[in-house]
Amino acid sequence: MPFIHKDGKDTIIFASKEDHATPSKIELPEPEPSPGLLLSSGEINWNCPCLGGMATGPCGLEFREAFSCFHYSTAEPKGSDCYDAFKTMQTCMVQYPALYGKKEGSLEDLEDEDPMEEHAKNLEVDSKGSHLESKVKELPRTSSVETGIEQSNAK
Amino acid sequence: MIEPATHTCSILHKAELGQSKMLSGRIIGRLPKLTRHSHVNHFFRPLKYIGIFSVHNLRYNSNGNSKVYKPPGTTIKPEECIPESRYFKQKRTVPVCESHPNASCPPSCYEVCGKPDDSQKSNDKKPSPPYWKILATLFIAGVTIYAISTSNWFTAKKSDLQKDVSKREKDGKRIRRSFQKSKSPSTSNSFPSEIPYLLIGGGTAAFSAFRSIKSRDPRAKVLVITEEEDLPYMRPPLSKELWYNRDRKISAQLLFKQWNGAQRSIFYEPPEFYSDISNLSQSDKGGVAVATGWKVMKIDVPSKTVMLDDGYEIKYEKCLIATGASPKNLPVFESIQDELKDKIITFRTKEDFLDLEDIVHNVKYKNIVIIGGGFLGSELACSLARNLPENKKIHQIYKEKFIMDQVLPKYLSEWATKKSMLEGVDCIANSEVEDYSYKDGQLSLVLSDNRVIDADQVIVAVGVEPNTDLAKASHLETDPEIGGFLVNAELEARSNLWVAGDAACFYDIKLGRRRVEHHDHAVVSGRLAGENMTGARKPYLHQSMFWSDLGPEVGYEAIGIVDSSLPTVGVFVKTTNSDTSITSVSSSNETTQPSNKEKLNTQIQSSLQLNLKKEKNSECSDNSKVLLEEPKKYGDFGKGVVFYLRDDIVVGIVLWNIFNRMSIARQVLARDTKYDDLNEVAKLFTIHDD
Repeated sequence: MPFIHKDGKDTIIFASKEDHATPSKIELPEPEPSPGLLLSSGEINWNCPCLGGMATGPCGLEFREAFSCFHYSTAEPKGSDCYDAFKTMQTCMVQYPALYGKKEGSLEDLEDEDPMEEHAKNLEVDSKGSHLESKVKELPRTSSVETGIEQSNAK
Repeated sequence: MIEPATHTCSILHKAELGQSKMLSGRIIGRLPKLTRHSHVNHFFRPLKYIGIFSVHNLRYNSNGNSKVYKPPGTTIKPEECIPESRYFKQKRTVPVCESHPNASCPPSCYEVCGKPDDSQKSNDKKPSPPYWKILATLFIAGVTIYAISTSNWFTAKKSDLQKDVSKREKDGKRIRRSFQKSKSPSTSNSFPSEIPYLLIGGGTAAFSAFRSIKSRDPRAKVLVITEEEDLPYMRPPLSKELWYNRDRKISAQLLFKQWNGAQRSIFYEPPEFYSDISNLSQSDKGGVAVATGWKVMKIDVPSKTVMLDDGYEIKYEKCLIATGASPKNLPVFESIQDELKDKIITFRTKEDFLDLEDIVHNVKYKNIVIIGGGFLGSELACSLARNLPENKKIHQIYKEKFIMDQVLPKYLSEWATKKSMLEGVDCIANSEVEDYSYKDGQLSLVLSDNRVIDADQVIVAVGVEPNTDLAKASHLETDPEIGGFLVNAELEARSNLWVAGDAACFYDIKLGRRRVEHHDHAVVSGRLAGENMTGARKPYLHQSMFWSDLGPEVGYEAIGIVDSSLPTVGVFVKTTNSDTSITSVSSSNETTQPSNKEKLNTQIQSSLQLNLKKEKNSECSDNSKVLLEEPKKYGDFGKGVVFYLRDDIVVGIVLWNIFNRMSIARQVLARDTKYDDLNEVAKLFTIHDD
């Protein structure tokens, strides 16, 4: 039995695991909808925290174009009609290396394996995104600009 | 000045070209590999991936293996899980090209040099790639890198920091901020005369609002005018996670470990995110520009115009007041002499953090006194006590009997006070500072029981008051009791004028008129204001939550009206049945064996301190004696749930050392009915599970 103690206006109950073993008789209303990337209407939720500043930053418009194109694409394979939108986004993003930068680093990093497969694997193993951190740690220390200079000099 | 800039830009220009070439080269180079792995299932993965990412962000880390019930840093909460951003501390308006050849140039730099050529042309000649793969890669590269990466930015920052440190060494002390605020831009010449969205204040509510505005109106032009000299940043880590970091260099960069263990900056977005204020009007893409160090003196609501401190006027279409709150001082310190102003400080901003961080590591400062037993005082006391060198002492003075007295029911306050003492805080209860003396460079505080304590540094944490200076000049109504600008349930003060965050006294259609001074409220109300500024017309329905940590073993989250004057019903885990999952919490009890050495040491030290206190400090010793000798008859308050009742209806809930259950708490609040048996309701929270 749970132990109940009154301390003035405050009631304290100590309950053991057994005391709480039977299901609660309380029926709760539906939980608040907490939209993720997609709203219940199927539209993209551009205010999803998962997008970070992608949809609101300096290349937000381009990102939205590319992302929408991909999302709504009926082409086969999906997204194959989105090259222009993607190119526009990339053109914008390279102007902000400090914000979107080090894409070359990550690509290099991802070179060894199929990123999609790797991610799927990692998502199964670790659902807390720690894989993403380790990815970051593995990135080369040189800045993207330096790498860029080296690359262009080499050519 | 122009020449080196141009020079650097041309290098950067080249670099950009190189980078672009390389980028496309890499993608193309990857194509065979990518194609090889092509599979129908892949097509949905990028979306799925981001979807999953979002779900993760909406959850707390509930690592079942962890002995502590939650990760040490939980500032990034579900409502705001803002991804990583790299920030380097360079004023946006200063051309950074010269000083930071490795860093990025502001957009203006590219204008000088012209935009990089479209190096994509080379792409077109090659066989067309499976675009979805590129997109997929880009989404990973873009979203992930944007969201997580920090490492590169550290290296760029390092040299600066070292310079900064050497500067300190010469002076022996961090150069205190000047009271003259520096403005950026320095004159109002570059300000637009008209702006669609004007945000007054540059804290969390403003950040949340502009994100919301830009999400709903992609081409929105947003101007943020803030009195602070910094771009928007989050405050919770200033009293929590930033102190947990033992590497001072990292905390000096304002980086901390967030809930998932990843390191991030307190700044929401890096400087590159923001638009140049002079380009804002012309830009057809819109953007968010921030004017720092500027103050809005007056809002003329009928003519939709604000006046800045230099008299410049800006016309807006929609305006948000998010001016936040300022720390209160004690009357006894109000007319203090100038030489003591550095010794008696309040704590609110990142500058305050950097000052205090410097002070507590200075050998000359031995006795650090925190005044106030509320959230800030208690968190700071615990954070400092746990993470400071041994020769320092943290004293916490508060007028109540126990810490967190206005929030937690008495027995929990008492328990939390005990925990705080075990962390090494010297608690001085039932005390107020009546006077102070300053002799031979030593500051002493005279307390209400005539006790005198030495104080090398005093931090006044006795609450805040909303910044409503604008109200009088702008003829806006404020609440005489609660304070803050009066707004309706849609956070609207007048036509085209909204208020969010600490400064808003709003009508909560469920819980009545309120003003909330918590981070998550700034996020939630800022977002709602942003939605309503773009035409959503939504009332305040989604309750904000708050959380607090008192050292690594006590953490709680709460929602609704959490006021200790209300009757409460707390349901806690009964620990007598040797429930192993409770061990970590009851480790405060000296009889149990803590798992690691560090903990043991801390505990021994704490116990010793407690014993010492028993001799010296009657007030504390009485408390601690009672607390420590109280037999554990039925269990500890290790974890559980506390319901706050108004007219027998649950209006507030504290989740005590249990996590991941906020949505259940919201449902219980939303039910809005009388409960006959709150133990039944408590079952919903599965308090016995991790």
